[in-house]
Amino acid sequence: MKKTLYTVSIYTENNIGLLNRISSIFLKRHINIESLTVSNTEIENVSRFIIVSYITEEEVRKVIGQLEKQVEVIKAYYHTNEESIYVQTALFKIKSKLLFEERQIQNIIKKSNSQIVTVSPEFFVIQKSGRKEEIEDLYQELLPYGIMQFVRSGRLSVTKDEMKISEILQKQLN
Amino acid sequence: METITKSALSKSEPKKKMKEKKSTKMIGAKAVVESLIAEGVDLVYGYPGGAIMPVYDEFYKSQKEIHHVLTRHEQGAVHAAQGYARTSGRVGVAIATSGPGATNIITGIADAQIDSTPLVCITGQVGSNLLGSDAFQETDIVSISTPVTKWNYQITKAADIPTVMAKAFYIAKSGRPGPVLIDITKDAQFEEFDFVYKKCNEIRSYHPVPEVDNKKVKAAAELINTAKKPFVVFGQGVILGQAEAEFKEFIEKADIPSASTLLGLSALPTQHKLNFGMVGMHGNYAPNVLTNDCDVLISIGMRFDDRVTGNLKTYAKQAKIIHFDIDPAEIDKNVKTDVAVIGDVKETLAEILPLINKNQHPEWYQNFKDLYKIEFDEIIDKQINPTKEGITNGEVMKAINNETNGEAIIVSDVGQNQMFTNRYADFKHSKSVVTSGGLGTMGFCLPASIGAKMGAPKREVVAVIGDGGFQMTIQELGTIMQTKVPVKIVVVNNEFLGMVRQWQEMFFDRRYAETIMTNPNFVKIVEGYGIKSKRVTKREDLKEAITEMIASKESYFLEVVVEKEGNVFPMIPTGATVSDILLK
Ligand SMILES: Cc1ncc(C[n+]2csc(CCOP(=O)(O)OP(=O)(O)O)c2C)c(N)n1
Repeated sequence: MKKTLYTVSIYTENNIGLLNRISSIFLKRHINIESLTVSNTEIENVSRFIIVSYITEEEVRKVIGQLEKQVEVIKAYYHTNEESIYVQTALFKIKSKLLFEERQIQNIIKKSNSQIVTVSPEFFVIQKSGRKEEIEDLYQELLPYGIMQFVRSGRLSVTKDEMKISEILQKQLN
Repeated sequence: METITKSALSKSEPKKKMKEKKSTKMIGAKAVVESLIAEGVDLVYGYPGGAIMPVYDEFYKSQKEIHHVLTRHEQGAVHAAQGYARTSGRVGVAIATSGPGATNIITGIADAQIDSTPLVCITGQVGSNLLGSDAFQETDIVSISTPVTKWNYQITKAADIPTVMAKAFYIAKSGRPGPVLIDITKDAQFEEFDFVYKKCNEIRSYHPVPEVDNKKVKAAAELINTAKKPFVVFGQGVILGQAEAEFKEFIEKADIPSASTLLGLSALPTQHKLNFGMVGMHGNYAPNVLTNDCDVLISIGMRFDDRVTGNLKTYAKQAKIIHFDIDPAEIDKNVKTDVAVIGDVKETLAEILPLINKNQHPEWYQNFKDLYKIEFDEIIDKQINPTKEGITNGEVMKAINNETNGEAIIVSDVGQNQMFTNRYADFKHSKSVVTSGGLGTMGFCLPASIGAKMGAPKREVVAVIGDGGFQMTIQELGTIMQTKVPVKIVVVNNEFLGMVRQWQEMFFDRRYAETIMTNPNFVKIVEGYGIKSKRVTKREDLKEAITEMIASKESYFLEVVVEKEGNVFPMIPTGATVSDILLK
């Protein structure tokens, strides 16, 4: 079976131990986590983990089964890139003088559709949201000028389909 | 201090007042004990230490309500709780202190997790102000136990104790059962609060018993009704789901030859005409061979462990597969199913029964009989009625069968003793098999037999252990001595780590690396514990010794010196296909 990038979305109760429990399911099957995001959701006290892994559909199905078995997991889904809308965000910290001395940098910012979030006498910070490849391109373009710090977030993703978590929670309580 | 129980309260206070009073002030440690009482627990296993002392102080005060059994090692406490859970059908409880006490229970918890045994394990923890500081006897037991528990939780506030305890019991026993660990900081044990206990019966994110899909039941029934060569493999799910009666009715109505996994044994009486024994690596010849000949394979409450399936690529490829299980994650995990009937087997089997045609498969049945005959002549007869020198584990088991009339609970350890014992044991009643299946934990048997007997005090409990495994938890003889629990212990001594030696003989050119055991005088050791004991080396003495052992009202130890290099057959070598099972 072919390996693909799958986005696994896990809706859970808000509990500190859960990150451990969830990551151990990936670890146990020796699956590498490409990116991980944890955040709150549209529902109060419900958290969402977004985990991206490069695996086969058979594997991702088994992982979903193991995830849903956990007491505090409400529901887990997997989606391909085509089925979701997703971005990652990156921050680049660069010496301030470059912004003014190197014309080219301003062009790069404009062209790449990124924004300057802050400017101080010593440094400025560029923020770029988009696909991982776009962020990588920007990284390559800025590299010759010197990047003081770089960081990229895990994937943020919403699905084209409805998730119906509220309904699931409601049904369980009835 | 007097324990406040419901009855004590109602005596001392007028009824009306009691209704108003919903809570009682108490410290966290007492709340732990009161929660156990509220869950109907009257027996726990454990070992004290610094971080759990407040709870032990409360056990001391509540001795009338809860009997605490002091084992000689925390691993023994968990195995005893497992044995108790397996024979009583209730939740086993084990208690340990923080640090080494907590890490010592991990093997037992992992064993319970893989064998779906309901346990609540309680560990003490350092004070919450010390958490994360590498304090004396601090281990992060919640992280350590995460992959081997169904659920775990750390309590740092006394007020959380009743709700978390209620949740723990509900999770441990509902759906597919499993172990739960609750870690309680010492300050939470001392903290005073208002105790109110409410049992838990739902958690919004947890669906322990999936709804039955009637369409799947129908589809399964159609496949079964049209099958010419149907075959059933059943597992512990039938026992855990208390579906023995439905199961028996189902296979009888459809006339389906059946075989069990190791943990499924005793769900159907051994002597039942449709019971063809055990599948898997050292299972019976007929069910293994015919797995690759049946046209519909119906698996019920089992999980297609690799010890059962051999090579998955060649496992029952010709057959349509129907899988009954309560755990959706088991479906298609190892074997791709054609029809998955998800749900509690007690429910799903009851639903399928009226849809099943009364049927007969005499020719197909005869295949099983014929292959059994081959196995009997080649292996079984030689094991249970040996003529050559050296006592066999098979004849030991046969003698136990004869003496107990198949009424006993048989607890076995791991290795050759486990396979011989369970291959030749005669089971009449469900919940008669206690053994470490999924984890294969040597040392399980002796402590588990203590719990098994306490969980079913009216039944005879016989523990059969190898000389290696016996020495892994031999200290639990002390628990037997102190509690006077009348278990019957048989050590089959081959002076080898037999199962590993067998593999070395077969696959490593008889290079017996570290499998030869120089053993102590077991009888003397056991006598030191004040337990009656005997050693048998000759066949002619075996029967009488076993008669004496079973007749004993107290615990009894019997060492049987068996043939040194006996091998368990049949055998499916690792990686081979089930039907290539070897007879020698
Ligand atoms: C805790 C543990 N360590 C190691 C093993 C590997 N192992 C499986 S069977 C076996 C030999 C058991 O020897 P013994 O207890 O004498 O029983 P026999 O096989 O001779 O009946 C060993 C070492 C195990 N299953 N469990």
